Amino acid sequence: MGEPAKIKKMEDNGLEVGAERLTEDRIEKVINSVIKGETGARLKTYVDTCVHCGLCSEACHYYLSNDNDPHFSPVGKVKQTIWEMLKNKGRVSPEFMKKASEIASTECNLCRRCAMYCPFGIDVAYLILVVRRICHMLGITPLYIQDTAHSHSVTMNQMWVKADEWPDTLQWQEEEAQAEIPTLRIPLEKEGADIMYSVIGPEPKFQAQLIYQAAVIMNTAGIDWTMPATSGWDNSDMAMYTGDNEIMGRVKRAHFETAARLKVKKIVMGECGHAFRSVYDVGNRWLGWRMPPFEIVHAIEFLHDILKEGRIKISRKFETPVTLHDPCNVVRGGGLHEMSRYVVNEMCEKLIEMHPNREHNYCCCAGGGVINCGPPYKNKRVESNRVKAEQLFAAKAKGAKVLIAPCHNCHSGLEDINHHYGLGLEIKFLMDVLYEVMDKPE
Amino acid sequence: MHNLYVFVTGPLAWAAFILFVGGSLYRLIAMLILAVRKERFIFSYMSWKYGIRSILRWITPFATENMRRHPILTIVTFAFHICLIMTPIFLLSHVILWDESWDLSWWALPDGVADAMTMIVIACCIFFLARRLVSREVQFVTSPSDYVILAIVAAPFVTGFFAYHQWFGYKSFMILHILAGEIMLVAIPFTRLSHMIYSPFTRAYMGSEFGAVRHARDW
Repeated sequence: MGEPAKIKKMEDNGLEVGAERLTEDRIEKVINSVIKGETGARLKTYVDTCVHCGLCSEACHYYLSNDNDPHFSPVGKVKQTIWEMLKNKGRVSPEFMKKASEIASTECNLCRRCAMYCPFGIDVAYLILVVRRICHMLGITPLYIQDTAHSHSVTMNQMWVKADEWPDTLQWQEEEAQAEIPTLRIPLEKEGADIMYSVIGPEPKFQAQLIYQAAVIMNTAGIDWTMPATSGWDNSDMAMYTGDNEIMGRVKRAHFETAARLKVKKIVMGECGHAFRSVYDVGNRWLGWRMPPFEIVHAIEFLHDILKEGRIKISRKFETPVTLHDPCNVVRGGGLHEMSRYVVNEMCEKLIEMHPNREHNYCCCAGGGVINCGPPYKNKRVESNRVKAEQLFAAKAKGAKVLIAPCHNCHSGLEDINHHYGLGLEIKFLMDVLYEVMDKPE
Repeated sequence: MHNLYVFVTGPLAWAAFILFVGGSLYRLIAMLILAVRKERFIFSYMSWKYGIRSILRWITPFATENMRRHPILTIVTFAFHICLIMTPIFLLSHVILWDESWDLSWWALPDGVADAMTMIVIACCIFFLARRLVSREVQFVTSPSDYVILAIVAAPFVTGFFAYHQWFGYKSFMILHILAGEIMLVAIPFTRLSHMIYSPFTRAYMGSEFGAVRHARDW
């Protein structure tokens, strides 16, 4: 039983400068105002019901990857944050808040795997979000993700994409794709279309080929679709993860209202997990909708439907053996795991399952805003997911060469795991594969 | 000694039962009022189907991934809870007390079986204690109150065991046993033993969120 592993990290001015501005009085006031004003039966019942059994520990990839260090168990993280705040009635030090913010923002992906391991179904992700909310109210959020929340606030998208850059990018991709399919269109602002296709900020910023591929799939399948030329196109939401619920609400409202303005029947989303969580599960609730005001279709379900309806034909199945990662927000948060398997089996010759899988899959360790906290925490993030590397290595040993991850955060996180542990897997989105194997019009 | 016996079986027993029932109702109603006042949405997500599905799944031994990962703990936990609840309700001497006081009577466990079940509870408490002391992830989140709660639960069974066997100080152990039982009853609504009251609700809520909204399993 050695000392807990010490993980090197860089300084984060969001926390350092944030903590310098705090006093114990202010912390006490803010914590109590959040606890009294914004929490209720859930927080109280969860804290009163927990019998400190530690059975959530093995659910957590941080815990497993850090040699079962109890500081990283779900309940251990709750103990180091919200329990202390409640025990001291909000009177904790700025130093404590710095640590609490780091734990809540960079040592938990809110993946909810532990909720499936707690005998009482205590929602640790919710407890950690309460901590992030307190940190937000205190202005002590990691700098990189705070910048992303600022971008949401100013531009209504995650990546500081300017108003003219957005339609410009879409038209650029349309032109590119027309070289392949001359009749291809990316219909902007088409009122009354069946589908509004929405993506996350990083797609126009540095993954524009994903928009190209989606356009090819939409056109080939003969979908009546549109994309907005205005803000409201971005379905992502880092404000949801910083505890900035007000900005989250604005961003989600812009998204829903854009769909309403375009009079579409449903919203189809690109391959992103957290965006699905924000549109399908969290943002709508903040705005007062029990379920989203529009039918929300994640890319997995969309591809499942068009393949099942025969709208897309596969010319030659993908030959290289693949393995499939189940992103938490669309699987534990959306139950799309059988649909993703249908899609993969339609497109690929051979699917090699990783274990555990489906709802029990290990997190990528990037989601929940963790990767968005940036370089200061990259080493910790990658080293805290050794268990994922082992899981992927086992799939590779069975022959998998390509890893399909239908989620942006997972993608980026898994790339880092892949690189750090030298797994040598090629990581793809579902649409990367579909674009490659589908029949395209001449 | 006799006066003490009369006191613990009379006024104190009344107080204990009133605090247990009243306290449990109070905690339950307070939780519901808090939910109505501040998180009314909870009710709109509660689903009978998925709530009950989740509860049934989690009260079935080895029906969840985590139970299968910890077979010994699973057996201990189920044995502990079953014996903890069944023994006091169906112990012959307790049934006789109900019969004498209220003319209420029901089936009773054979004494030998009840004795074995008592030993199971005590053994399980020792297991839980050892787990708290030895297991790193449990130790890290353990506070002194966890030991106190464990002692509160173990005490009625340990004292009852001694009283039943009448090895020494029967009368003292009998009074201690009654006192310990009363302390435990009162502790249920006012300590983390309240998971007895709350757990069906937390379980049902998580089951509903997972089942009805997220279309996923929660086990």
